[in-house]
Amino acid sequence: MIRLEARPEPSRTFRWASPLIAFGLTIAIGMVLFPLMGKNPFDALHAFFIKPVDSAYGVGELLLKASPLMLIATGLAAGYRANVWNIGAEGQLTLGGIAGGGVALALHGSTSPFVLPLMFVAGIIGGMAWAAIPAWLRTRFNANEILVSLMLVYVATLILSILVHGAWRDPEGFNFPQSKMFTESAILPNLLPETRLNVGLFVALAVVAAGWVFMEKSFTGYQMRVAGLAPAAAHYAGISSPRTVWLGMLIGGACAGLAGVGEIAGPIGQLQASVSPGYGFAAIIVAFVGRLNPVGIVFASLLMSLLYLGGESAQLNLALPSAVTGLFQGTLLFFLLAADVFIHYRIRLRRAARSTAPA
Amino acid sequence: MDTVAQLVILTLAAGTPLVFAALGELVTEKAGVLNLGVEGMMLVGAVVAFIVASTSGSPWLGVAAGMAAGAVVSMIFAVVALSLMANQVATGLALSLFGIGLSAFVGLDFVSVVIEGIKPLAIRGLSDLPVVGQLLFGHNPLVYLSFVLFAAVQAFLYRSRAGLVLRAVGESPQSAHAIGYPVIAIRYAAVFFGGACSGLAGAYLSVAYTPLWVEGMVAGRGWIALALVVFATWKPWRVLAGAYLFGGVTLAQFQAQASGSAIPAQYLSMLPYLATIVVLAVISRDTVTIRLNAPASLGKPFHPAG
Amino acid sequence: MTLPRTPVSDTVSDTGPRLALSGITKAYPSVVANDAIDLDVAAGEIHAVLGENGAGKSTLMKVIYGVVKPDAGTILWEGKPVSIANPARARRLGIGMVFQHFSLFETLTVAENIALSLDRERAGGDLPARIREVSARYGLPLDPDRHVLSMSVGERQRVEIVRCLLQDPRLLIMDEPTSVLTPQAVEKLFETLRRLSDEGCSILYISHKLDEIRALCTRATVLRGGKVTGACDPRRESSASLARMMIGGDLPRPQHRAAKLGEARLVVDGLTLAADDPFGTSLSDLHLTVHAGEIVGIAGVSGNGQKELMAALSGERTVDSPGAVRLMGTPAGRLDAEERRALGLAFVPEERLGRGAVPEMSLAENALLTAHRQDLVRNGFVRTDAVRGFAAETIAQFNVKAGGPDAAARSLSGGNLQKFIVGREIRQAPKLMIAAQPTWGVDVGAAAQIRQALIDLRDAGVAVLVVSEELDELFEICDRLAVIAQGRLADARPTRDTNAEEIGLLMAGSFIAAGTESGRRLSPAGAVDV
Repeated sequence: MIRLEARPEPSRTFRWASPLIAFGLTIAIGMVLFPLMGKNPFDALHAFFIKPVDSAYGVGELLLKASPLMLIATGLAAGYRANVWNIGAEGQLTLGGIAGGGVALALHGSTSPFVLPLMFVAGIIGGMAWAAIPAWLRTRFNANEILVSLMLVYVATLILSILVHGAWRDPEGFNFPQSKMFTESAILPNLLPETRLNVGLFVALAVVAAGWVFMEKSFTGYQMRVAGLAPAAAHYAGISSPRTVWLGMLIGGACAGLAGVGEIAGPIGQLQASVSPGYGFAAIIVAFVGRLNPVGIVFASLLMSLLYLGGESAQLNLALPSAVTGLFQGTLLFFLLAADVFIHYRIRLRRAARSTAPA
Repeated sequence: MDTVAQLVILTLAAGTPLVFAALGELVTEKAGVLNLGVEGMMLVGAVVAFIVASTSGSPWLGVAAGMAAGAVVSMIFAVVALSLMANQVATGLALSLFGIGLSAFVGLDFVSVVIEGIKPLAIRGLSDLPVVGQLLFGHNPLVYLSFVLFAAVQAFLYRSRAGLVLRAVGESPQSAHAIGYPVIAIRYAAVFFGGACSGLAGAYLSVAYTPLWVEGMVAGRGWIALALVVFATWKPWRVLAGAYLFGGVTLAQFQAQASGSAIPAQYLSMLPYLATIVVLAVISRDTVTIRLNAPASLGKPFHPAG
Repeated sequence: MTLPRTPVSDTVSDTGPRLALSGITKAYPSVVANDAIDLDVAAGEIHAVLGENGAGKSTLMKVIYGVVKPDAGTILWEGKPVSIANPARARRLGIGMVFQHFSLFETLTVAENIALSLDRERAGGDLPARIREVSARYGLPLDPDRHVLSMSVGERQRVEIVRCLLQDPRLLIMDEPTSVLTPQAVEKLFETLRRLSDEGCSILYISHKLDEIRALCTRATVLRGGKVTGACDPRRESSASLARMMIGGDLPRPQHRAAKLGEARLVVDGLTLAADDPFGTSLSDLHLTVHAGEIVGIAGVSGNGQKELMAALSGERTVDSPGAVRLMGTPAGRLDAEERRALGLAFVPEERLGRGAVPEMSLAENALLTAHRQDLVRNGFVRTDAVRGFAAETIAQFNVKAGGPDAAARSLSGGNLQKFIVGREIRQAPKLMIAAQPTWGVDVGAAAQIRQALIDLRDAGVAVLVVSEELDELFEICDRLAVIAQGRLADARPTRDTNAEEIGLLMAGSFIAAGTESGRRLSPAGAVDV
């Protein structure tokens, strides 16, 4: 008989081994899945994990996609640690993009060095404003922030759609639902020649570092952790619950908004009907795989970015549908959550000991 | 045709997927399990139902397959959240993300396929009766199934011993365990039922409501269904009322679009999502009612010690 | 209902014991809860199982009731070997159990609750009528249609007992049944139990209260550290001799000097507070003063407003009228927990894990929870070394058995964690200390240390308020005693001028004028039975 037995102390080893186990199992699933689709599993693995990063351009793409993921995941982690379940980062990213894009379009043609900083400020405010709605409804009306933040993703997408179909549509854009291309001053400077990598990576890394200091070293970060682990203890210690919710939501919103600006001022360079291939949702997985820890999140974001690139590469090289990326992302998270049980429990194999023979 | 009857029919048609999904989730939550994977389960149900319907030619076989698919993926959630005691919120999110990915992947080859869906009833004689004919006999057969499901859930929860046990488990798994009920097994069953209902809701969308498959076609209805359970304060009849309220909102959106309103379509498309937010806020502020009706152990893992 | 009618007046039956356990062993990862335990219970006997917290009593009872499977050992039921795989099996054999922490469902009715633990056949038919009949026969009045959430603790216990009686039990297990009752209600319960015993039902009575066991039981088995350490006839023993068997030494007695009263540090003046929880109790017009240099105790049956009062005093809930709670002379009604601590308040809550301490966090991190004002935080950043130092000193000063400042709070035993929490609060040099159930579920040694620490605090001129359900404890350490019932507070009186009898009547609400039923109407959960 197999049973789970509580460990006296949570296992530190498993805390960090669990993501590796989950990744290994996800690959194993792939090894089963690829032959079923008539592909050599080793070719598929090569196409997925090696091919995308065998060139400088590929590495640039890896870092380019990892940037928004680590940025958003760090913000979400601050909230998740405090049991504030913001899952609407995709919407906050969109609003950040809209706000930043609005600035870029308003200052179209300007050569001022303040355009980009202004865009970032606008993006942060946009993301925070969008996150403030679930925060307010939660603290004022006790409304579930998971559902509210998620509903707002759909609303944000529709607002963006209204803008690029309407007021902000490029008049010379052959009726495509997109804005004018931003001018030089509203585009993030390139970092490496031959790649699309831009200085947004440094912004992301700086935010991650700040996030680490805040979460691990500051008293407020500690208080938010208490609120997440034991709400009654937080109450007992006089830690304000509305403050925790507001901080958790706003930090997540600010980071997502920033990431939105990074996208439109980076690889996209304009506003389109969609400004993110689901980074806001993938970042939820990144946050968990990274153990809600900024250092872990950096590695997790690289992994998740590789999954994105792998999906594209597999489509290109093996004619595999890129939707396989989403499937792997979900599988990875499942395996992670399952493997996490071994942080707090261990398996005991036990002979079923019965008191006596049955009556 | 009678416009009032037509409005009622369209409202019920739009509300039915929410009835299926929310009733299933209600039973799951009554057992104390919060499964946020409804959106994912609906998508998997929708895509599997569509594939089976288009390859077999039988939409009803599709519906059955969709239910089965929803139930199967819900078991992944059950293993991780119930047996391995993972955080239910995170596991439910994982199920939704997984379902979105899986359905997109599986459904790729079926995106532009056309099938013969399940059509509304047209009973010679009865459905043609004036006024009541359409109202009583003009709905999609699955709409009638949703009425049956409602009655069954209501009777199960409040009239049967098994329903009493399920509610007891959701109220206090510790007490239920102490007097000898298999808490985890009962929760598995509740999750399974919820999964099948979500699968059915998805199947309704892809083979009856709009017989086609589009990636992400559930469009947030799974999340709205979750909000409906809160709105209904865990009472089946209020789920029904809420679902048709949302059906009406969806309908208003189509009507306005059809009548060539000057407002961009996107504004109207926002309505169901905004309505959900407003409704959630209004209901949730009454914390006493929520506390008295919400299953006390909702979302908390249970580990039978010993 | 057909109880066996064999006339059993003697404790030993000729047909052999009804239940015989031999060699029952159950081990958990960190502790052997039951180590080769032998126990037999005769028909119609009231048999005590005596032992302090953690001695293995509850585990043994769960083995008998089929909730826990033993690793080894045999169970004989009426002479035949049986395997009790689950509680349903136990109930079919004729074993019923009344749990210490009730196994009732709040939002269900009495009849639904009872139906849940009966077989399908027994639950059918006219269950409400049978509930009325049995409850009337044993003097345990119950309304089958009432929801449990509207019932007092005593009424809930009645539901549990009637639930067992409807199964025609031949063995009834009572796990610490009196911790929720007033002394008078305990006497009533004993009458019911004696009557059951006269009718031939065996009773296993689990308790750590020595006086009760001597008054009720005819045989006792003593457990210590998971082993049987003695068997005796408690009627022929003294409390001291039973205690020696139970803890392997003498009961520690704290030092107690006369009080030197100082100024009023806590003044509760007309505190009224509506329950924030539908299952809670509202407070109405409370008055209480605690001076520097005295310990004031609040007695009461749980669920009568203690929780709400503690929240209102600690600042976890604020009240509209600032003057309703004055701390060190400052009107504090509207101050939050943090601001009240700044005035010199320390608070030890009832729940250790999850409220007084974060289970997953280390002791060092848990020290930071309330002690951050001890220069442990600078410029918004945590001084990790200082925090560890504070925790290490607390561990040393209060004899906490723990793996050091990095040990997770939940890895500690109840007693050691409580010593750490009490120590953390005391080391912040409070002017006023409030402690709720400070020794609940704590072993005798740690309980004695904690009581002594509170007395030392009082001698050092600190005002101390203790809320407890253990009357013995309150009589032992308090200078004055107040009583809470139905959300109202009886005036505090000097401990030496009162006795358990009088306090028991107050706990039942005797001080509440017949006309003022508002407290009861507002909060049915606060009602008490005499």
